[in-house]
Amino acid sequence: MQTVGLAQATIEEHGIPTASITMLANITAKIRPPRALAVPYPLGFPLGEPNNAQLQRDILVQLLALLERDDVPVLEQLRA
Amino acid sequence: MVETRKLSNGLRTFLKTYAWRRIDPVPVALLQKPISQCRVAVVSSAGFVVPGDEPFSDSASGGDDSFRVITGDADVQSLEDHHDSKSFSHAGVEADRNMGLPLDRLHELVTTGEIGSVAPRHISVMGSITTPDRFVSCTLPAIADLLVEDHVDVALMVPV
Repeated sequence: MQTVGLAQATIEEHGIPTASITMLANITAKIRPPRALAVPYPLGFPLGEPNNAQLQRDILVQLLALLERDDVPVLEQLRA
Repeated sequence: MVETRKLSNGLRTFLKTYAWRRIDPVPVALLQKPISQCRVAVVSSAGFVVPGDEPFSDSASGGDDSFRVITGDADVQSLEDHHDSKSFSHAGVEADRNMGLPLDRLHELVTTGEIGSVAPRHISVMGSITTPDRFVSCTLPAIADLLVEDHVDVALMVPV
């Protein structure tokens, strides 16, 4: 979570909005990347389930929606 | 969210005692156009490598802080998993590489009009970089420059 969080900070400083998935929201809350979506899945499963294209797209659409937010740091939970 | 008590003792101890980098102040870039018109790139820390490309190192002290480029037209399922961490199950990415770098899903979101386009280049790093100084000072600026050069509008981060 730290690796992508740090990447977010630098990329954001270069003018590109970012949003990350996190499986460890408590750790992400300490790192404070600009925008993160907490998913209820184990480490290794950020997109939920392998070969479940609909679920994977749903997660990405919710992740993309966070990019509209400028009240950083944003840490939201995935909606069912 | 995964409850930390469900993790292994060693990982739980690490997560509790590691001096996490706190981003302060939190930088914010503003969206310049509707998501449906945006060019989207992914930064994945799953450690994927295009076949034939140099693998990530599992022996670099503090973690391998290099990055690899994965083109937007890559065959996702052909990517090789070179993440050496045993802290997470590799079963998901082994069954479907979109779990770590959802390129197929991005192409579908272009088709349905949710996003404008898929960036020509995506970024692969290997997470578990416990000593990220050089990653922050050298690798990340190079990655950001590459995304700017490709006129990327938004970047999605996928850790494993």
